[in-house]
Amino acid sequence: MRYSGFQVLKQALSGHKGWGRAWRDPEPQSQYDIVIVGGGGHGLATAYYLARSFAKARVAVIEKGWIGGGNVGRNTTIIRSNYLLDGNEPFYEYSMKLWEGLEQDFNFNAMVSQRGVLNLCHTDAQRDAFRRRANGMRLNGVDAELLDAEGVRKMAPFLNFDSARFPIKGGLLQPRGGTVRHDAVAWGYARGADSRGVDIIQNCEVVGFRIENGICLGVETTRGYIAAAKVGVAVAGSSGAVMAKAGMRLPIESHVLQAFVSEGLKPIIPGVITYGAGHFYVSQSDKGGLVFGGDIDGYNSYAQRGNLPVVEDVCEGGMSLMPMIGRAKLLRMWGGIMDMSMDGSPIIDKTDIGGLYFNGGWCYGGFKATPASGMCFAHLLATDTPHPTATAYRFDRFRKGLMIDEKGMGAQPNLH
Amino acid sequence: MIINHPLLGPRDSQEFTYLGDASLIERPDWQAADAVDQFYDYLYLRDNPAGLHRELWYHEQGDRSWLVVTRNTLTHDITSVELARDVAKAKGRST
Amino acid sequence: MSQINRIAGGLIDRQKTLEFQFDGKTYQGHPGDTLASALLANGVRLMGRSFKYHRPRGPLTAGSEEPNAIVALRAGARQEPNARATVAELYDGLTARSQNHIGRLSFDLLAVNDLLSPFFAAGFYYKTFMWPKAFWEKLYEPIIRRAAGLGSLSGQPDPDLYDKGFLHCDLLIIGAGPAGLAAALTAGRSGADVILADEDFVLGGRLNSETYRLDEATGADWARAAVAELASLPNVRLMARTTVLGAFDHGIYGALERVADHLPSPAAGTPRQILWRIYTKRSLLCAGAIERPIAFENNDRPGIMLGSALRSYANRWGAAVGQEVAIFTNNDEGHSTARDLLAKGLRIAAVIDSRADAPKSTAYEVLAGAVVTNTAGRLGLRSVTVGLPNGQSRRIDCQALGVSGGWNPNVHLTCHQRGRPSWDAGLAAFVPGANLPMGMSVAGAAMGQMSTTAALASGAAAAVACLADLGVSASLPKLPATEDSPLRLTPLFHVPGKGRAWLDQQNDVTVKDVKLAHQEGYISVEHLKRYTTLGMATDQGKTSNIGGLAVMAEMTGKSIPETGTTMFRPPYTPVSIAAFAGRASGVDFRPTRLTPSHHWAAEQGAVFVEVGMWLRAQWFPRAGETTWRQSVDREVLATRKSVGICDVTTLGKIDVQGTDAAEFLNRIYANAFGKLGVGKVRYGLMLREDGIAMDDGTTARLAEDHFVTTTTTANAVGVYRHLEFCRQCLWPDLDVQIISTTEAWAQYSIAGPNARKLLEKIVDPAFDISNAAFPYMGCGEITVCGGLRARLFRISFSGELAFELAVPTRYGDALMRRLVEDGREYDATVYGTEALGVMRIEKGHAAGNELNGTSTALNLGMGGMVSKKKDAIGSTLSEREGLNQPDALRLVGFRPVDPQHNFAAGSHLIGKDAEANAANDQGYLTSVAFSPSLGHSIGLGYLKNGAARTGEILRAVNPVQNAETLVEVVSAHFIDPEGERLRA
Repeated sequence: MRYSGFQVLKQALSGHKGWGRAWRDPEPQSQYDIVIVGGGGHGLATAYYLARSFAKARVAVIEKGWIGGGNVGRNTTIIRSNYLLDGNEPFYEYSMKLWEGLEQDFNFNAMVSQRGVLNLCHTDAQRDAFRRRANGMRLNGVDAELLDAEGVRKMAPFLNFDSARFPIKGGLLQPRGGTVRHDAVAWGYARGADSRGVDIIQNCEVVGFRIENGICLGVETTRGYIAAAKVGVAVAGSSGAVMAKAGMRLPIESHVLQAFVSEGLKPIIPGVITYGAGHFYVSQSDKGGLVFGGDIDGYNSYAQRGNLPVVEDVCEGGMSLMPMIGRAKLLRMWGGIMDMSMDGSPIIDKTDIGGLYFNGGWCYGGFKATPASGMCFAHLLATDTPHPTATAYRFDRFRKGLMIDEKGMGAQPNLH
Repeated sequence: MIINHPLLGPRDSQEFTYLGDASLIERPDWQAADAVDQFYDYLYLRDNPAGLHRELWYHEQGDRSWLVVTRNTLTHDITSVELARDVAKAKGRST
Repeated sequence: MSQINRIAGGLIDRQKTLEFQFDGKTYQGHPGDTLASALLANGVRLMGRSFKYHRPRGPLTAGSEEPNAIVALRAGARQEPNARATVAELYDGLTARSQNHIGRLSFDLLAVNDLLSPFFAAGFYYKTFMWPKAFWEKLYEPIIRRAAGLGSLSGQPDPDLYDKGFLHCDLLIIGAGPAGLAAALTAGRSGADVILADEDFVLGGRLNSETYRLDEATGADWARAAVAELASLPNVRLMARTTVLGAFDHGIYGALERVADHLPSPAAGTPRQILWRIYTKRSLLCAGAIERPIAFENNDRPGIMLGSALRSYANRWGAAVGQEVAIFTNNDEGHSTARDLLAKGLRIAAVIDSRADAPKSTAYEVLAGAVVTNTAGRLGLRSVTVGLPNGQSRRIDCQALGVSGGWNPNVHLTCHQRGRPSWDAGLAAFVPGANLPMGMSVAGAAMGQMSTTAALASGAAAAVACLADLGVSASLPKLPATEDSPLRLTPLFHVPGKGRAWLDQQNDVTVKDVKLAHQEGYISVEHLKRYTTLGMATDQGKTSNIGGLAVMAEMTGKSIPETGTTMFRPPYTPVSIAAFAGRASGVDFRPTRLTPSHHWAAEQGAVFVEVGMWLRAQWFPRAGETTWRQSVDREVLATRKSVGICDVTTLGKIDVQGTDAAEFLNRIYANAFGKLGVGKVRYGLMLREDGIAMDDGTTARLAEDHFVTTTTTANAVGVYRHLEFCRQCLWPDLDVQIISTTEAWAQYSIAGPNARKLLEKIVDPAFDISNAAFPYMGCGEITVCGGLRARLFRISFSGELAFELAVPTRYGDALMRRLVEDGREYDATVYGTEALGVMRIEKGHAAGNELNGTSTALNLGMGGMVSKKKDAIGSTLSEREGLNQPDALRLVGFRPVDPQHNFAAGSHLIGKDAEANAANDQGYLTSVAFSPSLGHSIGLGYLKNGAARTGEILRAVNPVQNAETLVEVVSAHFIDPEGERLRA
């Protein structure tokens, strides 16, 4: 059933009896053309675009738990395309463009809200770097504005301009940046993929890959063997553990990133604001909660929970940047597991095993990439060639010295 | 977390700085024929286990020892803490 | 207004009367009251509005699990949104306002949402508001945002102080009810270090709210006596008003102590709240249980609350919710409520017991096998409709309804490390599972020990067991005889019906919403939660999660534990963000490091700039200078003309000693170090293992086995860590020791043609610093000012004849004053970081903007320095093809074709006639300054194949600032390219 305002009215008047399942609950078939491992945002988006743009009908998404239970449902919902480097910017801008038409495309209101992303700078060197980045964005046809301190003050008068340890010198604003209701992205893609024939199979864990003569034939799961001409793995956070089942070591470590939400508050923060002198970024959800986060905890973890030092560090950043939030109360903290890659950039590539494809290494920037990641992975799976915006996201870039290192931190994942 | 420093006793992990997998001790031989490949493997590829993980922590706000901590990445339980220097020597590293 | 519903008894001090305001109206209460109990005593049941439908609401509970009675406390900058009236301690002058309504609380215009509720079913917003596309952001979302949210922030900085503290103990006991007190007495008497924390301001938990005796004493008296004994034990720390908010790894607990929330404002110099980090060997969770409601149509009206809350208000606070009370229960607890309220002189309209075999009573009417099917009363309960077992219904007038649906053990903290609770069919509730946080035990009602006798016994026994693990022997205390009734319960989570029956009262999630979620396939408990918002309100579903699960279980035909478990996350109750920040906000966000010359510089009126943690003098304005450029230009020109002085202490300094020190440095730096002579300094480029430049600096060899290495200010800590890694982990047997001496030496650059002359005035005569004796890149240990030990390095960042002079830090201030004094003869000028930066750009030295973490030696024009003859960190991987492409970026200089034109760092470089787009991007400018020496702007930047493009004209485009300048590619060495000055 197509969702619309009319349907909502009609169903309201008839006791909501007509709403069907958002997606089916099929039994796994014995074989598919393409099996996507991982029912998170990226996996579901991949399946959706495979079905929608590449007309691949026999596609399954298999998910260990419930769809959307990983990072697509744990992030701080920010979307932006304000990247510095050539390998990244066109990809993230492509993602932004897909966000801009996504809801009408998959007929699900994901509340894409382009209220702006404002990154603050606190030193002259940071401002120079922002100028380089903003100009790079402009040269790629992307919106970017450079604000001075007064410009920032006009946008966000509640920031600490008077007693800051690191005074605000200006900011980089991407007006088209913003937030998206994260769970709805997973559900919208799931519903869209399902309606185009994709089997979404929950509670089905991959326990192994059947590989013969260097060719992947299918996956062993807790619900039996499933054969597939191609297997695409999109399980960021667990990439290391899953690909180890195929005998692969990755340029990736798993780290925990915590996120936080306050109690619901009347609107007070307009868009997304990121602190340039501490680890803190914040936006306010449509429900009113301040959604905020900071740095990863910094040690390898698969535990989906963090510790107090980072909680305190994030709140210290928040208080020093916007002292008006002191009496807002932190309601809930949680953790997600990040695929922290060796240069801070993702991988969308074939593996050395025939028929086995990989999508991961999203660090803590995967949510904003969801549409483009899905489209590019679908492109790769369907055509065996990389999508034009994702040509740099190769495995061999580390071997060749072609790292895409936005932050310049080098081969230490917890610094990206 | 609490790291039981072999010389100093239990310390809050906040005093430490994390580096990564303890395999970073095993720096390859620069004169090997396939040195670039070995260094690539050494620097970039990780086992990244969901379970026991031997990893390097540096007591930055302490005695500046590098430690090898064996910690479970699923539970965060720590089962052993060694001086990295001892581990390196045991692996045959010297000068 | 009189306290019309104030009844006898309770733990309130009736000798004192407190005045407070709610929604502008003044009321009276007593010490010991909460805002909720005082309002109820004053006959006020309506305290708020729900989130979505703006339904009138009063308290559901008498504790921190409260979903409904959420108010704004205080006013002005101290305004606290979303405070729970049920735990807000009353003080004289308290002001509170209700939230989330337009117009009066009793006539909220947004209550129209309630009428429109058929359209606002779970998840309706995912299905509409998509057309036209632009309307979401311009129309729908702004309306939704304005309507959403609960309370408001003041928008002003929080004026209060927050603190942090650290505590250590053997046993942390969380919760001071009967189990916690019994545990604390047991452990305290054993001599173990015990912390007993409870969120309440009176310790005792339910003992303060129940009427049964412990031996002869009332619960409150027994608790008071226990607390008194514990307070007398030096090894026990009692922490009231302290919520243990989370269980973190390895026995670390976060706890929030509300030091001053019960006062009008914190006493001067004292914090409002303290965030404690408690390190404990063992913990014992005695957090009790939370009673749960039963859902039925219109079960959310003010006056409808949990039975245990009715008892608390009556017994602890001497407050009635109404004079006529009905009880709805599925267990014996409801009858206790009826007896307690009767004893307080209230009328029991009926006890509606869903069990056919309900206990009988002569004191009140029992409707066995009956359920509440509906209620009436717009702003507060007036009557309930009861469905009788014979199918008939009956209306019963009442102002209060106590609902008892059973108890949920408070497993919250047991889940913080992702342990899952397990189902106890007898209690029809989740109890702590096997997978508890390390070192945690659970006792009392939190463990499902629901009677007081069982709670006391399990608390004491658990304490003995915990201490035994620690090798401390404790003996079981003699426990009082007290209530030991079983919880006889027949599960009932909701009463079937057509109307709306609320599960999550704050977020307005009804039974229907859960059914709709099931119908649409949002069945997993996490989908249910996220789709309906069940359990996501400020109470995090403490009273609602199980009900939602039960309804979903009914729909799926599975059991509750098969349907899912609840997953609680920290914090236990919401915690102010300021408390987590503590004192680290404002200018105290991070420590401030001051240079040795800071005080002198401040006396001169220097402008300071943040450089990492350091504050450095940026420039030194002089009288008559109105712009920073005037000061900086003067400082540069004066230095190049005569002599300038700059505090460079912030650069990292590492002492490297040992017989293998030279070999160590040879492996650390890409360029060769083995043959550096004693008394010589060499520039070194340090690579990361991936071949990218990590840092640069100079290394001086003071002796055969003694080097001093400098790092950039920004990388001082990281480089030192890296060196320790190499020393300990890679080459553990090298004889080399290192120590950071950044703080040990004050270091000044003395630069300019007269630098030597100035230095000669302070260097002791025994030391010859002539060009012949102390040439460029020389170094030595000397004395100055008559015997003060010092280190002298002839190095230059400015391109001038220059020295860096280091003295022990405590002499830094004196040395600066001496240099300035002695320098008057040469018009010596102290310069700041701006002039330093201008001069290094003029000289073409790379700095932070160039060493940006992606630059190789090749990019920096130092490719030839990387020795292929030795093993050094980064040398192998720097050979990779991607780092050696023919058109690799090269650091070159730029000047404007028209000297009048300026350009900006961060501009991109585009061919003169090419279109400005990403495909034509040739590189970018890293550092730009106005060169007072040359009279025009100059820049450094990375340009593809730049070394071969000298003389080419390019466009430096800066589209984000609508600027574009024609620039010429030139050598990066704008000043003295032959280096004659620095060798002078």
